[in-house]
Amino acid sequence: MPISLDEVKHVARLARLELDETELMTFQGELNALLGHFQDIQGIDVTGLPAKPHAVAMTNVWAEDAAGTSLQRDEALRNAPASKAGLFIVPTIIEE
Amino acid sequence: MVSELSATEVARALRERRLSVKEVLDGTFERIDKVDPDYSAFLNVCRDAAYEGAPAAQKLIDDGTSGPLTGVPVAIKDNMCTTFAPTTCGSKILEGFVPPYDATVVENIRRTGAIIVGKTNMDEFAMGTSTENSAYFPARNPWNPDLSPGGSSGGSAVAVAAEMTPISLGSDTGGSIRQPAALCGIVGFKPTYGRVSRYGLTAFASSLDQIGPFARNVEDAALLAAAVSGHDPMDSTSLKGSEIKTDRLKEASLKGLKIGLPKEFFDDSIQPEVRETLDEAIETLTAEGVKFKSISLPSIRVGVTTYYIIAPAEASSNLARFDGVRYGPRIEQGSDHIDMVSATRGRLFGHEVKLRIMVGTYALSAGYYDAYYHRAQQVRGLMASEFETAFEEFDLVLGPTSPCVAFPLGDEALDQIALKLMDYCTIPANMGGFPSISLPCGFANELPVGMLLTGPVNGDERVLQAAYAIERALPGAVRRPPMP
Repeated sequence: MPISLDEVKHVARLARLELDETELMTFQGELNALLGHFQDIQGIDVTGLPAKPHAVAMTNVWAEDAAGTSLQRDEALRNAPASKAGLFIVPTIIEE
Repeated sequence: MVSELSATEVARALRERRLSVKEVLDGTFERIDKVDPDYSAFLNVCRDAAYEGAPAAQKLIDDGTSGPLTGVPVAIKDNMCTTFAPTTCGSKILEGFVPPYDATVVENIRRTGAIIVGKTNMDEFAMGTSTENSAYFPARNPWNPDLSPGGSSGGSAVAVAAEMTPISLGSDTGGSIRQPAALCGIVGFKPTYGRVSRYGLTAFASSLDQIGPFARNVEDAALLAAAVSGHDPMDSTSLKGSEIKTDRLKEASLKGLKIGLPKEFFDDSIQPEVRETLDEAIETLTAEGVKFKSISLPSIRVGVTTYYIIAPAEASSNLARFDGVRYGPRIEQGSDHIDMVSATRGRLFGHEVKLRIMVGTYALSAGYYDAYYHRAQQVRGLMASEFETAFEEFDLVLGPTSPCVAFPLGDEALDQIALKLMDYCTIPANMGGFPSISLPCGFANELPVGMLLTGPVNGDERVLQAAYAIERALPGAVRRPPMP
């Protein structure tokens, strides 16, 4: 079933992407074209096949529980577009 | 001229005192200044940092403690973090970002005394097959500047093919090292997943991304792969005992080598001229004693679909970190946090990146996860097991790297889907984590054609050995591009 414009808007909202009306329509067309192309895996019998989430699977990768050096605060803040008093500054999240 | 020398030749000239490290750098930057304005391989040339590193490399040589790449200039793709140069990933959303730490591959390169001379052009966040998705400018193919060098590591391929550096590093998520290597007529190698640390490589699709070398010959590629490989505690997917070994590189013989030829690699998608060139090379190798056999690995046909579900799904999650808070520019808009984040991402990501984030978000969203992402992972497992079964009978699997030779920049006949379908030969190696190399095998329409060799997990040495022997058997496959 093709993706509606409302669904495109919903996905853009989930993805935190501001898109204007023209872009939304372009993406609707492109998403439908891609998803149309992607139907070929729907015909494969995957019953009982395990999912492979990684190229070379590993389990229980532990690090030594030892103190080390980490990124210093001023270095972490150096690239921030806005910072103050050792903190990242963001627009208001919680109203008073 | 310094620029014409291979990495091995530069290192030898340095050891024999025919050149100094400073002279090598002078020659390198002279070449970059001359040709890069027309080919756009670099987003950033690191002249000062390179000269600062010269005395230490020279000292290693003077003390007789130099390694095989000491003093050799290297270019690296702009998605690997460097404290001494901006790291933009070819995106406006990271314009001006100077990382607070160096990627492990950068530290490994510097430890060997090789010298990083610049950060190379790329499709934004490594998403593309032509380097036209760079937010800055497209890179151009040394064989003809009107053609694309391929992508996404196009800049790293051009730097080497245009003789600006003898070696470079790229990253390969679905073919982004091997395809540009093929289109530019050089060697490109994607090691087994986990043998080169991804720490400091900006994540695109974490389960597929792997760093690897470009070079003008197999030996140089093997030396650079070896230099950057090895276990890294900073990358939890890094394999133990993963150093790539080169001591037996030159020992393999073609006689008796068993190679499978999946018929799915040789279907109608391949340009007839590319097919002819590859067939001739196969004929030559048969005469040298290689045993070829046609096989079928059916899931190759659905590899592109599988890839374009899994990679965007992982990307949509990985790229969530670009939010205008910790790095990069911010677009101030609206009154709340979500408005600011959405405006920053909406305006500073390029079209292809936004498309893939949308695809990935959709594929992971409620109601679609099972039909797309989960199913794609099952097909991924099927594809890997088909290859693993083939590797029980064959040493390697062979095909074309790209179904076509270099194509024009801005070609309107190539829409986004056509560009994506080009990856069908390279994708399986990323799905299974297999080592895979593209090396020149001849020419079609006066443009280079690449041959793709893929081996089993941790068969990196076998792949490199075979490639080295094949390179000797196909001396006519390597030419210098017709450029100034």
